[in-house]
This record gives sequence, structure tokens and C-alpha cells, in this order.
Amino acid sequence: MIKADTIVIGGGLMGLSTALHLALRGYKAIVLERHSPARHASGVNAGGLRQLNRHMAEIPLTVAASEIWKNISALVDSDCDVVLSGQVKVAETEAELQSLQARVDELNASGFHHERIIDQHKLYELVPRLVSGCVGALYSPEDGFARPFHAATAFRHKAVELGVQIITDVDVTGVDQGDSGWSVATAQGVFSASNIVNCAGAWANQVAEWFGEPVPLTPGAPMLMVTERLPHFLDPVVGAVGHKLSFKQMPNGTVIIGGAHMARLDLEREHADIDFTALKTSAKTVTQLFPHMGSARIVRAWAGIEAFMPDNIPVISASSRARGVFHAFGFSAHGFQLSPVVGRIMSELIIDGKTAMPIEPFDIRRFQEQERNTSVG
Amino acid sequence: MEHHELIVIGGGPAGLAAATAAANEGAECLLLDEQSTPGGQVYRAVQTVPEQRARLLGPDYQAGRDLVTQFEQSGARHLPNTTVWNLNGRCEVGILRDGKTSLLHAKRVIIASGAMERPVPFPGWTLPGVMPAGAGQILLKSSALVPADGLVLAGSGPLLLLLAWQYLQAGVSIGAILDMTPHGNFWRALPRLPEALLAHHYIIKGLRYQLQLKMARVPYFTGVRNLRATGTDSIEAVEFDHRNTSKRIETSLLLTHFGVVPDSHLSRCAGCDHRWDSAQLCWRPQTDEWCNSSLAGIAIAGDGAGIGGAVAARHAGRIAGLGSAHALGHVGSMRRDEIGRDDQRWLNDDLRVRPFLEAMFRPPPELLYQPDDATVICRCEEITAGQVRRAIQDGHHDTNQVKFLTRCGMGPCQGRQCNNAVGQLLAHELDVDMMAAGGYRIRPPIRPLTISQLAALEDMQAGGGA
Amino acid sequence: MPQRFRRLQEPDGRWVEVEIEGTKTRVLEGESVAAAIFASGLPWCRTTPVSGAPRAPYCMMGVCFECLVEINGVPNRQSCQISVEQGMQIRRQPGASPEYP
Repeated sequence: MIKADTIVIGGGLMGLSTALHLALRGYKAIVLERHSPARHASGVNAGGLRQLNRHMAEIPLTVAASEIWKNISALVDSDCDVVLSGQVKVAETEAELQSLQARVDELNASGFHHERIIDQHKLYELVPRLVSGCVGALYSPEDGFARPFHAATAFRHKAVELGVQIITDVDVTGVDQGDSGWSVATAQGVFSASNIVNCAGAWANQVAEWFGEPVPLTPGAPMLMVTERLPHFLDPVVGAVGHKLSFKQMPNGTVIIGGAHMARLDLEREHADIDFTALKTSAKTVTQLFPHMGSARIVRAWAGIEAFMPDNIPVISASSRARGVFHAFGFSAHGFQLSPVVGRIMSELIIDGKTAMPIEPFDIRRFQEQERNTSVG
Repeated sequence: MEHHELIVIGGGPAGLAAATAAANEGAECLLLDEQSTPGGQVYRAVQTVPEQRARLLGPDYQAGRDLVTQFEQSGARHLPNTTVWNLNGRCEVGILRDGKTSLLHAKRVIIASGAMERPVPFPGWTLPGVMPAGAGQILLKSSALVPADGLVLAGSGPLLLLLAWQYLQAGVSIGAILDMTPHGNFWRALPRLPEALLAHHYIIKGLRYQLQLKMARVPYFTGVRNLRATGTDSIEAVEFDHRNTSKRIETSLLLTHFGVVPDSHLSRCAGCDHRWDSAQLCWRPQTDEWCNSSLAGIAIAGDGAGIGGAVAARHAGRIAGLGSAHALGHVGSMRRDEIGRDDQRWLNDDLRVRPFLEAMFRPPPELLYQPDDATVICRCEEITAGQVRRAIQDGHHDTNQVKFLTRCGMGPCQGRQCNNAVGQLLAHELDVDMMAAGGYRIRPPIRPLTISQLAALEDMQAGGGA
Repeated sequence: MPQRFRRLQEPDGRWVEVEIEGTKTRVLEGESVAAAIFASGLPWCRTTPVSGAPRAPYCMMGVCFECLVEINGVPNRQSCQISVEQGMQIRRQPGASPEYP
């Protein structure tokens, strides 16, 4: 039997970050990964470093994460190919711009100033190839993007350097509580620890069920596509109020296009069929907003398997049922940016029993309460 | 979406035979082909080629004519100039034709994607003027283009000799043939010779080509190692080691051949199970006796399912076509078995000669596993073997992780040229088998589409389009 | 640069005229643009977006994407998969594909 302070189930970015932060404080963690680190959503997501337009509950976390990304080398000895070129959310009408202004007002009232409205002139200065006629945008200048697989690799390296054990190709089949803590059963033997962290992504509900606290998690596979290398024409990441779009040009010239359209997922086979009828919508949006992109060629489309929660915000929480058990999953396709701060929060929950970050909105009990309410009402 | 009973993808011998067999049994069948005329690469332009060129290409090539004629008489519909860019497990096929994209659906699909030259990276293989032998043959078949005098042919395998022989017929003066077949191959192949004698026609043909090349006094080097193409903007010379001396031949064209491998991008994109074939040194889909893949409704026939050559592809195509006609309810199992019996027997006999050929023409291992650090592995992204090795040392232990980290395989060819090289390098460095090294996960579109083409994607209504 | 390929003499060839890098060239009707490039003697057809190295058509069957050229003003055409047409304008493609119109 292999012993550790904490066993992290899932070698995605959240699991790696959690293990890394535990190790930074001298705690021994083992990460159990079914395939290879960052195999699904963590390795193939769009890599957006976005505070812009997040759920209000996530704002304190995303702002804290942004500070870490600005100097990510201090944490993982690698810049993770971070480019902080800003993110904009384009308004095509005055009404859209007003909705963005309302958001900025709300943020300012809560003491946050990382997002602001830019006018038409500034928008076209930032995004010169945008179709004419857009009226303004929401802008977050300190946002940007990184390369997710490179980031996950850097987190992995640093974690290993600090003594984290990452065990790959290991399938966790069940958990058991003994006198001295938890034991985790796998085909490669039993692992034991005082704490378990559930970072199992799309499979996190299976783990949550072992502890008697199932959640309404929906696995999904949002599609992305990438073009061939194009001459440089864009710095910030572009989204739009009226369209589902995430549009960015990488330093090598390729353009990554996302739009939260879902592939047809076969979770059992861990295979997602690209739904080109849905992806067509993304292509149409691109031709509308960036007409010069029409003749650019798409060389690849893919989808990473991810966990979605009904309220589109994650579970970052101690277990409501089992001592020494913690959850970090359900990031609903926008967890990448949060990963360094989530790892830190998890390490605080485990070591200190509390965190200064406001994580009440992410408590796993919110679904249990909902369940009670529905069954009563 | 346009619906069909059966869609056959690829117009080479397997595809033509499959469509013919299925249509003859009454199946409604649409054959999609990237080329403008039926025949595939092996019988390319066989219908339109002038008589003089057909004679020069030889009788094996001309044998493709009756295949095309039978296909034309079968009632199967032919959609030429059609690029297939996606296939999924629901038998939905994405096509591009006349600049327009659309989705088709079929009850069953037969993939007959054929083979491609085995990509083998060596120093200078990206220089203009270095090409696979198959490319030279395509230029001859469809454009009557032959090399200027002095070309060099290098590598191993029957096609090398066939092409040299064809060039001789066309009056081309060959600078040299560099046979890179390792000397040990013959001895390793020898125990398999008795079975191979069943198919003595292969061997006799090979000997005849060799004899004629000898009579024409073509410089022929055997046991050649350490092949390099050198030059600045184009190839200027070929350098190699022969009997422990380094040699150099000036040339403006080097044609190489290291055997062929299945073009498995479509079957892998669809999600069919594949295994590494350590005799053929390639990924090949798992198929049953009627060529069915692991996915319901999808069959794979011909070289796309494992290398057997044009004649085997024709037999396998007929089997897949019959199997599909049966699955679609057009023919009972007794009649299917009866019609297919000869084809299956032929294939079983042919299977016995393969091990000899595979052992005889196995490429030199150092070319496959030990490219120099400076050699470019990924032609598109210009990733070198050294960069791949560093990624492996960095803890990336399957080809997809190497791909994510280095961009090796992320260019427009989508890994067709580098996948096996990366896998073999990785398997060698880590001393694991190829199943552990893995193949790239193939992402659609398997042929690039423009944003406009995707934006205009139509789900064609039944009876519409085409 | 010596010519790499020559055309066999055939009595009944049908020809069309295309422009390759601005030079009018007679090519065989129905052949691929990549073949026409070889017939014309042009030694390479593009430079790579990574290092700027010159490349020529390679596999001739659509699996290597080395033969990308600009045809009638449209970049990134896979020239081994496209048949020549009378009056076609064929140009080399420099490095990262040119600015899109």
C-alpha cells in the first residue's frame, strides 16, 4: 500500500495544481490519472486567460488567478506561453453596449475595475480587421491566453520536482474509509491517505457518488477548430455579445476558433464526434465578424471532454458527507484560467480547514438543497 | 441530408470492385472519388491514357481497364472530383465538390482509401527534387512526364524496380539505383520462401525487372546505407555509404521508395479500432472476413485495410461489396458465400506470400528508428527528430503528447507524413511497443476546408445536389 | 537549375495554356497543376511558413500538402489535386500564406 497525505483523483490541470500547492506547503500528494496528464479538457481547451464577463461569483477568484498568471514563472518555472494581449467582447448594437455598461457598473460597485467599456475608435485600434459597424466593446486589458498543454506540463514538472507522485494509466475503482483514513482501490494496488480530492472532470460525479453526494453534472465536449498559419492580424482574444465565439490568433499565426458548440460525445469510448452542422455556426460567425477569414483553411477540429454544471459555475468545496474529502470539478469549460487559484484554495481547505477566498457559491450542497426544494415544492 | 444505401469511398481497385459487386446484387451505391477518372493511384488515368503510354506502363496496369468497365456497367453511381473530409461512426460523410461542402448519410460505408508511400525521414528529404517513387509514377501515368536523364532511385521494394523498368521502356537513362534493402533481409525472408513460391509470379516479375536493368547497365548499388540528399534550394547530389565507403552522385532528382502503408486517416478519424502491424510496419484497421471494421456499418477493403496490392484489393473489394449487399438485405448468405468463395480463397493464398515480401523488403531499421537529431520529421511544422527526442525525455510518452507539445503533426498534412516516424522513434527510445506509443488521434476535417466552405455547409435534401 | 522532368512525345496530346509565375506555358489538358509545374521546369512552388525553405510538390496524391500554390489569386490550393484549365494563373506561395483579400 502506498501512503500519502492526500490522493488527488484526476491528473488534469486542477488536480496537478492542487497537488503542486500541497507540495509547496510540504504535504505529500499522489495524483492518480487514468490516462496521461491533461488527457482531456485540460490539454486541449482554448487556453483563454479570461476574467472578462465571468459569473459574478467567480470574480474574486478570477482576479486572484490573473495575478498569478502575470508571473506564472514564479509558480512553475515556465511562462506557459502566456500572452497577455487582452480580451474584448464586441457589441454590435447600442443595446448590446448598454448591457455591457450595466455589467461594468455592477463590477465597479463591488470594487472591481479589471473590465471597462471601450468605444468604437479604441475597438478598431485593437481589432483592425473586425467587420465595420460595431459600436464598442467590453475590454479586459490584462487578460489573454496561454497554451494549455504547455501549462499542464509545467505544472506537472514543478509538482514532480516538489515530490508529488503522478501515477498514470491507473483506473480508480472505488474508495473505502478505514480507521486511519481513506484507501483508494485501483488495478495497480491500494493507495491510502487522510484526504481525497476529486478532480475527475467529466467523471467527477462517479467519484462524488462514492461519497453519497451525487451532483447534476453533464459531461460535454465543446468544439474548437484551428486554421493554418496566417499573417499576424490580431492581438486580443475576441468574443461577441450577440454570438457564441472565442477567436484568437496564436503567435505562430494559427487562429483558434471556439463557440461552445458541442460535439456528440460518447463518454464510454471517450470519443467525441465533431458535429459539423453545429460547427458551421461558428464558421458563419467568423465570416460575419472577420470577412477576410473566409478563405482561411481549417486544418483541424476537436473537442475536449469537460464537466458542465447546471448553473455553469464549478464545485469548489469540502465534501458535505465525508471527512477529508474535497471537490474541484464542473468548471463548465472555463476552468483553465482559474486553475492556479483553485489549486491554492484546495490546499488551504485541506491544510488549514478554511480559505480566505469566497467559495460559498461553489459549495456542493447547493445541489442537495435544490433537490430538497424540488422534492418539497 | 442526402441518404444512400451504400457509399464507397475511393475509386481504386478495392472501391471499384466493392461498388460493382454491391450494385450487381441490387444495392443502391454511390462511389466518391477524389480523382476525375476511376482507377485510383494504381490504375490512374487507365481509361484515358494513350495507347503508347499504356504499353509502356505494362500489362498489370492495363488490367485495370476491365475493372473500370465492369464498374461502369454495374449501375453504381460515380461522383468524381469529390473530396471526403469527414466520416463518423454514424456513417455520415462530409464531402467537398466544386467548392461546395455537404453531408451525406448512408446505411453502410465501405472505405477504400488505398495506400500511400511509407514516409521515411532522412537528411535532405524535404529538398525540392526529392520525391517518392509513387509520385514519379503518377507523373508518368497522368502527364507522360519522365525524369530527365541521370535521376537516382533509392530505397527498397518492388515498386522501385517496376518504376525503373518503366523508365527504361520510356528511354530514360537512370543515373543509379541505390538498393537499401538490408543484406540480412534475404536470410530472414528465406524460411518464408516455400509459401511464397505459391505466388511465384511476384518473384519472377521482380527477377525479370532486375535482369533487364542489368542488361541496360544501370548502375546498381546494393546494401546502401546512410542516404542523404544535399543541396541548398534544391537537391544537387545524393550521398550514401556503400561497402564502407562514402559515395556521391550529382543529380537533380531522387525518387525514393520504402514500401507503402495504408492511408488510414479516414478510418482512424471515424474511430475504427486499429492495431500496429509489426510485419507491415503500419497501423491497420481491425476487420473481419467480410471486411467489416469495429464500427457498425463501416467496412474497409483493399490496401487501406493492410497492404496486399492491386489484385488483392480487387478481391477484397468484391468481398466487402458482397458483405454490404448482404447486410442491406439484397443477397442471402448462401449466395453471398458462393460468389465470394473464390475471392476468399485467392486472398487466403495471397496471404501466404505476404510474409516473404514483407520480410524481404523490410526497410532498414536505422532509417525507421534512429533518424539523426537534425533530420526533419514533421515536414509541415519542420520539427526535427531532436525536438521529438527532447519531448520524449521531458516525460511525454505517447505520440499525441509529443504532438501537443511540439506541434509535430499539427500542420496541414495532419500527421500523415510524421505519425509513424514519431511513433517508431518513441517506441525505440522508450523500448515500448507501438500500441503503447500510439498513433495520433485523427481530427477532422481530414482535408482542410476553408471557413467559407464550412459556413456554407449544406445538409443536402434527398434527391438534391450532386 | 536543370529540368527534372521531360514530356514523352505522344501523337494525340491535347493542350491548354496556363501562366506559371507569369510565363505562358503549354500543358496537357486534364493534368494536375502540380504536374504542370514540373513540366514547366519551375524548381519549387512555395516556401514554408516556419523557416522559409523552398518546397516542391512531393507525393502527387494529396497526402503531403507540399504543393500549395496560389491559383487565380486564391492561396493554399493543393496543386496536385486540381486540374489545369485554360488561362489559369499559377503563382508560387510565399511563407505564411499571403494577406487574404
